[in-house]
Amino acid sequence: MNVLTQSGASRPGVVPGQPAVVAEGVVKRFGATLALDRFDLVVPEGTVCGLLGPNGAGKSTAVRILSTLLRPDSGRASVAGFDVVRDPVDVRYRIGLAGQQPAVDDMLTGRENLEMFARFYRLGRVAARRRAGELIDQFDLADAADRRPKGYSGGMRRRLDLAISFIMAPPVLFLDEPTTGMDPGHRLEVWRGVRSLVAEGTTVLLTTHYLDEADQLADAITVIDGGRVIAQGAPEELKSMLHGDRIDVLVDEIADLDVVARLLADVTGSAPEVRPEGRRVSVPAMDRVAGLARVARALDDARIEVRDIALRRPTLDEVFVRFTGKDRA
Amino acid sequence: MTTITIPRTRSERLRAAMSDAATMTRRNLSYWLRSPEEMIGALAFPLISVLLFGYVFGSAMVVPGGADYREYLMPGLFGMTMMFGLVNTISAVATDRERGVTDRFMAMPISSSAILAGRSVTDIIRASADLVVLLGCGYLVGWRWHGSVWEALAAVGLLLLLRFALIWVGIYIGLVLRSPDSAAALYPLVLPFAMVANTFVPPALMPGWLGAVAEANPMSSTVAATRELFGNPAVPGDSWLAEHPLPLAVGWPLLLLVVFVPLAVHRYRRARR
Repeated sequence: MNVLTQSGASRPGVVPGQPAVVAEGVVKRFGATLALDRFDLVVPEGTVCGLLGPNGAGKSTAVRILSTLLRPDSGRASVAGFDVVRDPVDVRYRIGLAGQQPAVDDMLTGRENLEMFARFYRLGRVAARRRAGELIDQFDLADAADRRPKGYSGGMRRRLDLAISFIMAPPVLFLDEPTTGMDPGHRLEVWRGVRSLVAEGTTVLLTTHYLDEADQLADAITVIDGGRVIAQGAPEELKSMLHGDRIDVLVDEIADLDVVARLLADVTGSAPEVRPEGRRVSVPAMDRVAGLARVARALDDARIEVRDIALRRPTLDEVFVRFTGKDRA
Repeated sequence: MTTITIPRTRSERLRAAMSDAATMTRRNLSYWLRSPEEMIGALAFPLISVLLFGYVFGSAMVVPGGADYREYLMPGLFGMTMMFGLVNTISAVATDRERGVTDRFMAMPISSSAILAGRSVTDIIRASADLVVLLGCGYLVGWRWHGSVWEALAAVGLLLLLRFALIWVGIYIGLVLRSPDSAAALYPLVLPFAMVANTFVPPALMPGWLGAVAEANPMSSTVAATRELFGNPAVPGDSWLAEHPLPLAVGWPLLLLVVFVPLAVHRYRRARR
């Protein structure tokens, strides 16, 4: 059941015809806490699934069950076509896991880390060295290759961690909050790394509480809260569930917010949402551009100066707030 | 071309486990060999112990029977070093667990037994190095063995057997603790185990109840047996425990192994669930 990768390597693959990841009615309890409550998920091969939810939603528990680190109390889960409880070894040969904190060895250089983990997949000494070299190129780790992780930036440490999880080019990769606590430049580096894996046909399940990350990387998003799936779909589908576009008005002075809100309510006939922290008022744009024109005219007639008026698609932030009832953590 | 195949037959699986244990041992040893503070500690601790206990305490100590205190002391320090090694094991296991390295290993196709074997082989190598340094320090301050080479090797064997049992105690505690900080906090708790024994003072000279506790300390049996095998001065006690050091120096570690190997393996497997 081995498959050939682009680089000509042969490694265990997904059972043909099976989805890369399946969870059916998975329940996991920790004492009195219900971490996962009949959790369902299907990730087709070759896609990126974003598992989105606030802290404590059960994202990491789901990843730990799918990567054979935890057993479900009930329900069923399989990865690459193998049951995580009955055939954990077959699963482990087909997954890569990058957990919440980068698990690299601080006493070994970047190259030695890669070679050591490659040896655990029983690559010979020569093959391990060659594979380490390939990964150093692929993940842009030349600067890290001969230094120990102590002096790395957060982004470089995470890239080494990703490279380790990708040693045997696993068909399924789990990334648990890959960019948490990272500055924007480093996040872009990691996203680039993830995209290069996806281009090779790897199926990725990534958890995140950054909405833009899911929006950027995922083909499908599953929103979970309190261990339950509360919404599922492509990013665009989730956004359209919020009933279309919105008109955003950005004001210069906080004091203008109320006046603008009243005016928008009059013009559009629906209740505006006011966000004082962003000096922003937004309303649903029922008839899109015509509505935008009416709002602009009304503002002009009332001689209210605003900084910006825009028609936009709802953000995943709004999806998230709508489904979880919480502002993002 | 890189090919990864899954070991299926019993012999393939055994070969894979051996290879993993060897890789794990090399990895663990590099942690020890590459951290200067650990290396300095490993060399300084025996030297300082010998000087401190041998000369500072030793000048006030009189061994009943008039023997040289440093001859009496050295087997005690051998035993104590084996005891303190426990904290190293706990701290290494807890550190890997906290940093997520254990999770990574467990999500990889590495058998639990290879991970545990790698840990215990590493720590035995390390304990042997500790012993060699300590034997050298002892030699410098006038300690000698007086029996045959075989008896000396048997003494070293018993010390390593105790350490081997304590490795499994350490793996279990390290998995339970999960945090290397709490491992460091264990030093003061290990201290009484190393001191309430025949390490520095014969239990016969302690208050009755304390002497009884000291004699029941597994380390006392190992130290007493070591004194006997090296031909170093001993102060005989009259309890049953004190009169049978050799069988007890084998029996206590075996008992610890019987209890803690299953506990450690169970805890490891449970960590995987």
